[in-house]
Amino acid sequence: MLTLRQTRLAWILVIPTLLVVAFVAGYPLAQVFYYSFFKADIAFVDQPKFIGLQNYIYLITQDSDFRGALWNTLRFTFVSVFLETVLGLAIALIINSNFAGRGIVRTAILIPWAIPTVVSAQMWKWMLNDIYGVINVIGVNLHLFSQKIAFLANPHTVLWAMVAVDVWKTTPFMALLLLAGLQLIPADIYEAADIDGANRWQQFWTLTLPLLTPALVVALIFRTLDALRVFDVIFVMVGVNTATRSLAIYNRQTLIDFQDLGYGSTISVAILVLIFIFVLVYMRLVGGPSREN
Amino acid sequence: MKSKWLAGALALTLAVGGASLAQGVTIRLAGDSTAVGEGGRWMKAKAEEWAQKTGNKVEYIDSPADTNDRLALYQQYWAAKSPDVDVYMIDVIWPGIVAPHAADLNQFFSKEEIAQFFPRIIENNTIKGKLTSMPFFTDAGLLYYRTDLLQKYGFKAPPKTWTELSQQAQKIQAGERATNKDFWGFVFQGKAYEGLTCDALEWIYSNGGGTIVDPEGKVTLNNANAIAALNMVKGWIGKIAPPGVTSYAEEEARNAFQAGNAAFMRNWPYAYSLGQSEGSAVKGKFAVTVLPKGAGSEGRNAATLGGWQLMVSAYSKNQKVAAELVKYLTSVEVQKDNAVSLSRLPTRPALYNDKDVLAKNPWFKDLLPVFQNAVSRPSGPAGSKYNQVSETFWTAVHDSITGTASAAQAVRDAAAKITRILR
Repeated sequence: MLTLRQTRLAWILVIPTLLVVAFVAGYPLAQVFYYSFFKADIAFVDQPKFIGLQNYIYLITQDSDFRGALWNTLRFTFVSVFLETVLGLAIALIINSNFAGRGIVRTAILIPWAIPTVVSAQMWKWMLNDIYGVINVIGVNLHLFSQKIAFLANPHTVLWAMVAVDVWKTTPFMALLLLAGLQLIPADIYEAADIDGANRWQQFWTLTLPLLTPALVVALIFRTLDALRVFDVIFVMVGVNTATRSLAIYNRQTLIDFQDLGYGSTISVAILVLIFIFVLVYMRLVGGPSREN
Repeated sequence: MKSKWLAGALALTLAVGGASLAQGVTIRLAGDSTAVGEGGRWMKAKAEEWAQKTGNKVEYIDSPADTNDRLALYQQYWAAKSPDVDVYMIDVIWPGIVAPHAADLNQFFSKEEIAQFFPRIIENNTIKGKLTSMPFFTDAGLLYYRTDLLQKYGFKAPPKTWTELSQQAQKIQAGERATNKDFWGFVFQGKAYEGLTCDALEWIYSNGGGTIVDPEGKVTLNNANAIAALNMVKGWIGKIAPPGVTSYAEEEARNAFQAGNAAFMRNWPYAYSLGQSEGSAVKGKFAVTVLPKGAGSEGRNAATLGGWQLMVSAYSKNQKVAAELVKYLTSVEVQKDNAVSLSRLPTRPALYNDKDVLAKNPWFKDLLPVFQNAVSRPSGPAGSKYNQVSETFWTAVHDSITGTASAAQAVRDAAAKITRILR
């Protein structure tokens, strides 16, 4: 049991941190909730007007732009996180094994992750250009494509181009997190499995994957939450375009370009709720068993 | 006699000295970004020149390169009613947004002074009788064409109508493909962004389809001429314009043209001096003219108005002195220097006959009517909702030229949405 004095001391010690958190996180968050019930412009030319749930009703029942952005974001998230996980796991397994030059390879795969997204997005934009882009030049010369493809102009290819760039960039991050998980698995259990006659495939499914689950869940949560907030890759490569507009881009557009503080705040709250749902689902589905372990 | 003269001189000196002392205030100017091109550095030097001449001080506030980021930054100053910036350089589409924060320049400029500027821009900058800003330099859409290729394929003059442009482009493209697989007839700005609003306004207006929203605020977008214009553009893509054109902004179009990969280009005047510079593949091989007309009796030439204005903040504590800086920066002398050293377009028609200006930019002369009749984007009637209106418009245009929606459907939906936004 803590004495009264100890409790008081504990409070005194945490209060500065609590104040900082309240100031930098709590206050802005409260403001976002507050303004989501108002009709307000960001420059406060007119006095903000309380309109109750009207913003939310419009968001849910009428706003087709929001629905489009939500659909884009979900497609982007599912496909990119799936590919990153599969590729990241493969890479992690490879660089976890012993081979000559392992150190160099481990460093080299991190390069895409180290380049700032804005820079790599601009780079990919040039590489994917329909006339002078290197991908089209190589593709046509090797007869992979019959003619040059305008990846970033065609509404059917542009979102997948974004996914490809994101996979290229964040697979190393996924691989790194999973590699850390792999290195925590003791080597002796594989020796035991070898003695018992389990092949590599069985070892992977019965040993590696279950033991890797905690690291995998953390990596998945990181990547999913990041992907749900995707902004920079899309904004730099194509700007604001209905075929690729993500929730974060729609939010910025409403807040900054349209100066609509009230409705922009409502969209922010919606994004928060969406992320909350994802975290909850992860905790339920995969977080449970790993906690028992 | 002599002592009287001395006394007079002394009094005059005192008066002048006193006046400049009384005037010695600091004006803060939020101008062009110094990170892009020469514009920012040039503007800063000119403002400092004014400070030297008048005994005031100028503090130059640098700004983000991107227009939208600039607006976002300035809105924070305006929201706080900040007196920290006295003069802002603003985009031609902002007057409706800035009107509540701008001092009325009618107080500081006489009618005669105002009459020396392009009336179209003055009209654009006037919101409900308030002159929000003075035109600093202007911009308008132009047609760039390859003089050598026109000659090679037997065309005597650049196209007068869009149909002619399409025919010329097709013929030149077919011929040039033999040696250059990447050659296309026409490039423009087709990406979903503000630039597409500019280009599409030219297509629609030149085809007699109006200006999206008329000056009274009535949405005029949903009409047969506008739909026909968008269908015409859709027909170009993949035929005379590269399929990637719907992801092109100004620079992508310029890169294609300047590398010698296009016969025609729609772009702003800035591409001219770059295209004529050393290392350009088309140096000395191209010229500029007015954009073509649409078909039929309602067809006319159109060029979307661009450019920048100078505004005095309503929250400035030294509005009168700030207005003097604006007067200086928009003067004949400074605008002439801008035209001669940076090839930027003056906002005073008189300068288009100036010997020195024409010696440097011979093409200014023929294009005066284009700049004088440049068509405004509907920023006046849309006011603070302009960005929303423009986004709705460019989305509809992008959807229809990429084939996501039919032109008729896209235009009808956009017109309904714009009507709701403006309500």
